[in-house]
Amino acid sequence: MESSFYQALRRNRLAMIGLYGVILLMLTAFLAPLLAPYPPNLPNADAVLLPPSWQYPLGTDDTGRDLLSRMLYGARVSLEVGLVAAGISTLLGVILGAIAGYYGRWVESLIMRFTDLMLCFPAFFLILAVIALLDPSIINIMIIIGLTSWMGVARLVRAEFLTLKHREYVLAARSLGAGNMRIIVRHLLPNAIAPVLVAATLGVAGAILLESGLSFLGLGVQPPEASWGNILRQSKDNLEIAWWLSVFPGLAILLTVLSYNLLGEGIRDALDPKLR
Amino acid sequence: MIGAAIRTRIRTAICGSFILLSVTTAGGAGDCPATGDTVVIATIGDATSMIPMITSDTASHEMSAFCYNGLLKYDKDLSLVGDLAQSWRISEDNLTITFYLRQNVRFHDGQPYTAHDALFNWRFMVDPATPTGYSYDYEQVAEAEVLDDYTFQVRYAAPYAPGLASWTLPQMPRHLLEGQDPRQSPLSRHPVGTGPYLFRQWNPGESLTLSYNRDYFEGRPCLDAVVYRIIPDLATIFMELSALGLDWSTLTPVQYQRQANSEFFQNNFNKYKYLSSSYSFIGWNMRDPRFQDIRIRRAMSHAIDRREIIKGVLLGMGQEATGPLKPGTYWYNPNVPRYEYDPQKALQLFKEAGWELAPDGRLRNAGGDPFDFVLITNQGNTSRQNAGVFIQYRLAQVGIKVDLRVIEWTSFLQEFVNQRRFDAVLLGWTIPPDPSPSLYSVFHSSNRDPGKLNITGYASQELDALLEQELKVLEQTERKVLHDRIQEIIARDQPYTFLYLPQALPIVHRRFQGIEETSSGISHNFIRWHVPQEQQMRPYIFMER
Amino acid sequence: MILYLCKRLLMMLPMLLGITLVSFAVIQLAPGSPSDLMVDMNPQVSDLARERLHKFYGLDKPVLEQYWNWLKNLAALDFGQSFAPDGRPVWDKIVERLPITVSINVLSLLLTFLVALPLGVYSAVHRGSWLDKGITIFVFIGFAAPTFWLALLAMMLFGVHLGWLPISGIQAMNHDALSWGGKAADYASHLFLPVLLSSFVSLAGLSRYMRSNMLEVIAQDYITTARAKGLRERAVICRHALRNALMPVITILGLSVPGLIGGSVIFESVFAIPGMGKLFYDGVMARDYPLIMGCLVLGAGLTLLGNLLADIGYALADPRVRREGR
Repeated sequence: MESSFYQALRRNRLAMIGLYGVILLMLTAFLAPLLAPYPPNLPNADAVLLPPSWQYPLGTDDTGRDLLSRMLYGARVSLEVGLVAAGISTLLGVILGAIAGYYGRWVESLIMRFTDLMLCFPAFFLILAVIALLDPSIINIMIIIGLTSWMGVARLVRAEFLTLKHREYVLAARSLGAGNMRIIVRHLLPNAIAPVLVAATLGVAGAILLESGLSFLGLGVQPPEASWGNILRQSKDNLEIAWWLSVFPGLAILLTVLSYNLLGEGIRDALDPKLR
Repeated sequence: MIGAAIRTRIRTAICGSFILLSVTTAGGAGDCPATGDTVVIATIGDATSMIPMITSDTASHEMSAFCYNGLLKYDKDLSLVGDLAQSWRISEDNLTITFYLRQNVRFHDGQPYTAHDALFNWRFMVDPATPTGYSYDYEQVAEAEVLDDYTFQVRYAAPYAPGLASWTLPQMPRHLLEGQDPRQSPLSRHPVGTGPYLFRQWNPGESLTLSYNRDYFEGRPCLDAVVYRIIPDLATIFMELSALGLDWSTLTPVQYQRQANSEFFQNNFNKYKYLSSSYSFIGWNMRDPRFQDIRIRRAMSHAIDRREIIKGVLLGMGQEATGPLKPGTYWYNPNVPRYEYDPQKALQLFKEAGWELAPDGRLRNAGGDPFDFVLITNQGNTSRQNAGVFIQYRLAQVGIKVDLRVIEWTSFLQEFVNQRRFDAVLLGWTIPPDPSPSLYSVFHSSNRDPGKLNITGYASQELDALLEQELKVLEQTERKVLHDRIQEIIARDQPYTFLYLPQALPIVHRRFQGIEETSSGISHNFIRWHVPQEQQMRPYIFMER
Repeated sequence: MILYLCKRLLMMLPMLLGITLVSFAVIQLAPGSPSDLMVDMNPQVSDLARERLHKFYGLDKPVLEQYWNWLKNLAALDFGQSFAPDGRPVWDKIVERLPITVSINVLSLLLTFLVALPLGVYSAVHRGSWLDKGITIFVFIGFAAPTFWLALLAMMLFGVHLGWLPISGIQAMNHDALSWGGKAADYASHLFLPVLLSSFVSLAGLSRYMRSNMLEVIAQDYITTARAKGLRERAVICRHALRNALMPVITILGLSVPGLIGGSVIFESVFAIPGMGKLFYDGVMARDYPLIMGCLVLGAGLTLLGNLLADIGYALADPRVRREGR
């Protein structure tokens, strides 16, 4: 099973491109302090809005800060937002979905009705209201994106559990006296992990994109801290004079989200025996 | 008082002042070399209501200003002249003002404007049921009465210097507003005033159209119509300008210097530049013992490089602020203590106050605590946010770690500034033409309580006395002496580190003629702007409904 | 069937209550009370006035009382009055924004379906081909690009440089003077970019869904059988596979109906379109509580209704669901 999964993934060229993209991004984010030629918040009144050059490989922004350095540090923030937000939503979704799917009856009804309830609200409306009304610190952004996007995972896990819990090996484990917790964690979860993994991968991409949308409204990560979203927002008033300010962060977001999506799709395809 | 020249736009949005269109007094359509055409203006926000007294947003004030007049108005030199009042008289004891109103002025619906309307407007302002934030000036009036249809008199309990300027208040029609809840009144959606333009159409969130008042008492305005387009995004506004979808807008310093120099812009637009009536500053919260120390505040002012900010952020299009008033105006005092950029001197002052540069490059006190603070600023002002980056950088060089936080306007104001929950705040004030009441609210020690405007908690008995005295003096030269002294004390004590006044950078399509650029802006003679017949681009077609 | 319907309707009640509760709870998180949008401070707004406003809006009452009052009004379909100085009914404000938002959403939904379905089918049938890969990347670019960036670039190209399309707004200044046909053309040219871009953005979801449905169907036995019988490939795909792959897509169409009233703040800001998204956003920024709650309740309520309709439709089509519902 394991090896055939990797083989299937390997054969999918787009998925591999996505995988390399994701790895590259993680590396740059991790190595940002080593790679960045300048501190990310060092302004220079004599170097405002300079085009790319040897001195400033990606040019400078409207306070004369080096764009390359800000992009590198921004990669950290954007990735952090994506990973933590997707982490929160996945964890929450798995827990609620598992409980609902395993225990059934009124527990399930309660959780699933709440899930439906949350799904009724237009997602961006809800996030917007909460973030604007609280305070758009990085932590809040990650938590709120996480708290408003767990519903898909919860439904997914519940559905998997509903079918899995009647399998023979689960029944066997129970008759051998395994506790509920043990059955959930040891026997059910590992078999439901595949779709969760796909959802989490796509979740990272979604959160990065969402942060850039919030940044446009001034509700994303707040300057002077750099995120790709707020660098891009900063660029929009000078779109024509300073193309480098919008092209680089725009492409960075596009390629990152694209990579995560291709990877996620690839994993899904590779996991689905019917599609092999 | 609530002030704003009709066109101080977008970035330096001024909230306030009922400064209406001020126009040369001579009347008659003969003053228009040509009539016709429409001016299209962009605004980032829609108006909330067309009754300006119950709103505080810039768009509402700006748009409704076309429809209303005050008893008085400011002329291009920012001195008060008659508007609906032909003349006025102040009594010997400085307690009574008598306004002699123009006759034959009519509201847009044909009803005559009389002293009864003026009285109603005062009553409206002091009525506790009116949800207005501007009642203070009018509550100083002890008694107001109609002497005859065209004579209106107010009496103050004590001499009140800003009193006269408060009568730039827009005059609402009594016959439409009396006895009504202003929030429910049709006037809030459909203004009826005496002004040069009458209301035509309002598509909420999209556009607002005004057309010329042919019976305006100063003669019909030359342009047939004014259209406001609500475009929430600055990038879109600039693109619309580039595609000639707009006639009048405001540029950012970068756009002014780099983009609007192209041949296309040179051929199609005229750019203007004047010092805006607002300044940016850092307010030091004196409830923090560190900022209570005057040496620390002075050291901060020496450690920050204002010239660098003006160069790097405003691309040179701004002026250093030395105090709370506008350079070049009558009340401004240039001879006050100045704080040049001098990090050595700053370190010296810090040392005197007990803070020394430690070997690790941080400023520390005897107990070894580092000097850190959080500088908060509001969202929506890019220049100010960028200035924060330079401030952070310069203070880091003298060993201070500044954490810069940008906060959305409403919570910024209500949760941080009003509650005094900040170390230092980077903010801007507007400078009204008559500075007295605002200096009193911002620097008098009685206004230190949460929610009031003395946000730093600054208290000086010497200054308090001067501010109180100044409100009671009506004689100009005497007031000037007091104001000079007030500015010296403020500069000496540095409750704020004064940063800069940005330049306002309007741009108007070339076809508009008759624009007069003055130190206060370009809009004072708006009703005489015109477009020669052959160059007219947007004929206004009246749709009678 | 009647029983099933009753049960579903009854279940909606607690959901509706839950929706009002969540909407109200969101508001209670908020620091700050209603105010106008400003950028600079005016030194002459007195604080007395602020208290006055507070009382006026009833914000000095206990939270539960506020909620109860609001709920009572809501039961009579009264969304209350906006906190903005114009004090207009929230319902009026929403209604005047609905037509434009709904028309943009309907058009872009249609366009999305029209483009995404063929793309998905083609990708599935020619799985692994270069064109399949190209389509995959194309639809994901739409999904992955930050929307405001994409919109601004498109406006710059088509509006400023090529001058083919108007840049922003929904109608030209001389719109009222145009003929009937001219008006239609005017709207079309203004709505072209927003509609095009919002369908580009949502292309990925639907076309990928269609692709995987199609792949699943193609792998089924009856398709293999059909092929084995010697039917031509085209006939197999069109007559047998497509019909079955389209079934679940129709549910998606049903489910996206309620989403039609929600507007995108980002597109609306960039294109200067006076729609629901911008209304809601401005309401949030000004702490216009009745408006925020009104939008949330209305949006969520309609979604609920849409779900119900989709379920009923499904139940009508599939008797198994009906039985289960009993």
